[in-house]
Amino acid sequence: MLWTEGFGTFRRGIDPWTQLQRIENEMNRVLSRYASPSMSEFPAVNIWANGDHAVVTTEIPGIDSDKIDISVVGKTLVIRGGREPEVIKEGESYHRWERWYGQFAKSVELPFQIDPGKVEAKFAKGVLTITLPRAEADKPKKITVKSE
Amino acid sequence: MADKAKEIQKKETDSVERVEHTRATQVYTPDVDIIEREDCIVVTADMPGVDENAIDITLEKNVLTLYGKVDIDLPERLKLLHAEYGIGDYKRVFTLSGEIDRDKIDATVKNGVLKVLLPKAEAVKTRKIEVRAEV
Repeated sequence: MLWTEGFGTFRRGIDPWTQLQRIENEMNRVLSRYASPSMSEFPAVNIWANGDHAVVTTEIPGIDSDKIDISVVGKTLVIRGGREPEVIKEGESYHRWERWYGQFAKSVELPFQIDPGKVEAKFAKGVLTITLPRAEADKPKKITVKSE
Repeated sequence: MADKAKEIQKKETDSVERVEHTRATQVYTPDVDIIEREDCIVVTADMPGVDENAIDITLEKNVLTLYGKVDIDLPERLKLLHAEYGIGDYKRVFTLSGEIDRDKIDATVKNGVLKVLLPKAEAVKTRKIEVRAEV
């Protein structure tokens, strides 16, 4: 029971649901390390695809759309951006500071070559959606079988 | 007295968290910043996927609840290859102290970030006390 120490919760009495939730969180944390070692942590992305195109979505609230930089090379998509902390004047103070700040760069590798000229990106409500069509040259060719 | 009230509030919040939702969606806790300014307290919450029509802010007694409803809009005819985040609603509950002017609470949302302005009541704004010379 290596992780018992990490919970350290029995003080408040045992609530089976809370305990289960904790175990689930811990499992997710452990498993997520193996999920995609090639990807950096932030921001989290979801990738949707079929044989023709892919859609990558990410949640980066509070950024102006012109501050997002998207570049595509071969199979790789790179998203860059950043967010500044709120400026506080003298006499003002933070009671809580949980939101992220700073610069990020995330690269995502897709299963096919991307046509860089046809990539489209939409940013709405803090969610970035990038549509990446597959390069024509990369699409499978249909070969007709001639009968002799 | 203030301490006693706080304790009661805490228990209430605890029970609120155990209430189930009828919609079968995941509910996430948004990250928040709380800044105290001279005349107000600003609560900023990251709620990507939420717009002005989908936010519900309620104030009941001393409990301020922020709820953001997200419409799940998944791409069509595509297969999910890789998922690093889940989509769901947002909920966060705070207990306010009595120093907030409840009638003047204002909220805005931009690019998925909710900003709630809680103005301080006139009575608690910093007062300058004049010192008189004793005759």
